[in-house]
Amino acid sequence: MLNLVANNSTVTEHEAVPDRITSGPRGAKPRRTLSRRNIVVYGTLIVVALYYLLPLYVMIMTSLKGMPEIRVGNIFAPPVEITFEPWVKAWAQACTGLNCDGLSRGFWNSVRITVPSTIISIAVASINGYALANWRFKGADLFFTILIVGAFIPYQVMIYPIVIVLREMGVYGTLTGLIIVHTIFGMPILTLLFRNYFAGLPEELFKAARVDGAGFWTIYFKIMLPMSLPIFVVAMILQVTGIWNDFLFGVVFTRPEYYPMTVQLNNIVNSVQGVKEYNVNMAATLLTGLVPLTIYFISGRLFVRGIAAGAVKG
Amino acid sequence: MTGQTRGSARPNQWLRNLNAKIASIPMILTAVVIFLGGTAWTVLYSFTNSKLLPRLSFVGLDQYERLWAAPRWLVSIENLAIYGLLSLIFSLVIGFVLAALMDQKIRFENTFRTIMLYPFALSFIVTGLVWQWLLNPQYGIQSIVRSLGWTSFNFDPLYNSDIVIYGILIAALWQGTGLVMCLMLAGLRGIDEDIWKAARVDGIPMWKTYVLVIIPMMRGVFITTLVIIASGIVKVYDLVVAQTSGGPGIASEVPAKYVYDYMFQAQNLGQGFAASTMMLVTVAIIIVPWAYLEFGGGRKRA
Repeated sequence: MLNLVANNSTVTEHEAVPDRITSGPRGAKPRRTLSRRNIVVYGTLIVVALYYLLPLYVMIMTSLKGMPEIRVGNIFAPPVEITFEPWVKAWAQACTGLNCDGLSRGFWNSVRITVPSTIISIAVASINGYALANWRFKGADLFFTILIVGAFIPYQVMIYPIVIVLREMGVYGTLTGLIIVHTIFGMPILTLLFRNYFAGLPEELFKAARVDGAGFWTIYFKIMLPMSLPIFVVAMILQVTGIWNDFLFGVVFTRPEYYPMTVQLNNIVNSVQGVKEYNVNMAATLLTGLVPLTIYFISGRLFVRGIAAGAVKG
Repeated sequence: MTGQTRGSARPNQWLRNLNAKIASIPMILTAVVIFLGGTAWTVLYSFTNSKLLPRLSFVGLDQYERLWAAPRWLVSIENLAIYGLLSLIFSLVIGFVLAALMDQKIRFENTFRTIMLYPFALSFIVTGLVWQWLLNPQYGIQSIVRSLGWTSFNFDPLYNSDIVIYGILIAALWQGTGLVMCLMLAGLRGIDEDIWKAARVDGIPMWKTYVLVIIPMMRGVFITTLVIIASGIVKVYDLVVAQTSGGPGIASEVPAKYVYDYMFQAQNLGQGFAASTMMLVTVAIIIVPWAYLEFGGGRKRA
């Protein structure tokens, strides 16, 4: 184990954190691969990994079985006869208590909620962050502090006043209302993210553009935006998963015909009427989880970076 | 900061930097109207006897007296306390141990991290429903263990009021420990390798280095993680709705659900406002000391 340690002392702590968590360990491999220590480390990690994977495995297996097989077999056994019937049923026929056209309705609602909410919340927050980083005006920091502290206030404290505001605006119960709500509650974390990113860009760029006579919007669109694509991707991942997974706002701020997928899923699975079809339920659950899971597996390191950025205060 | 504000000879204070101010209108509105105003509004109306609609007829602390006399609220608070304490302890311990294991310069680190973190990408609804299925006494883990020969094995947390909150805890830990692991790993990676070298030279065993040197050095990371977990705990709602709907009976009720049910179903707004104000107080008790420690001293700029 001697001399194996990569020399990181030149990197400062704050640079080191996101960089090293995304790029993995450095330095040479340990010499002995089958030492007792390694067996313990890998053994524990493999057991833990199996535990984390177990629910996903059970979900997939259950969703591919027919009901008779579920009643007699055990949930860990792979299906004897693979059937995609539950998936079809979950997508197109499952009943929520109000209607029986499956999760497809919720899926499209969620798409119609997530896409505009993501775009608008990121647009608003990036401009906010830009103003805070480069165009500070008197009082800006005060509002920003309120915003960040506000991120810790339980949503339950603010939902009713928001209901009233939205009702006054005439958008309560509509998709527009829900988009506004997602923009509001996405603002603290996103503004923080963008402010820190823009503040980290070289100031000379900004100054040079100012000298050349560029104004607020020109600098934003011509210089800041093209330079910040990575952080926009991080913000997008954060927002798409967050909004897709939201349940509370969907229930509170929309009418049943606009319910997002999570709400509809819950209504399908926890509806008291009818015989419980566990395979359909699991197929529906998987369908709902598919979008954030896909984003997670594709984005990989950026997802971790988004979380780290969201978690570590600037 | 950037020089554009230095030319203070301009006639109108308000017009300076106008574009930035216009661009900040959404932020200012959110901060002042929603966050400050909304919170103040809810606190104010928690002292009224609003029923179906908010009305300003003050009844003093009536709503709070009723709240603290309601069995359902007491159960909610008790559940939140058990769930909160245990999920703090377990997620910190598990998260740290996993991070320490991941920091041993292992191979396949990315694979392990991907596996441990994927539940975090899933919603609480999905998490709750999966665990509802796994903990189903008729088909789930209980039936499997019984079919292996241990016929008296009993594990049906979702149908037993005494232990239902632990069933929810299991699901929550599955979903959230990956995140804690990632935060802790980031913290561990931020520690200077020289510390490890020095400890090795001095012949201090590894576990002792962790307990006596590394953990105290990671104080900041621990506190940040603690605040993140704690503010999540107070908000716990979807998971309970999906997994048990508060049942059996009222055994797994939580404050956030109490608020929602009173505001939007029981049409007893005053109760809902009082309950949400209590949630706010709970969060303040967690956040204020942290904010004081973190920013009050003004010692570092991260």
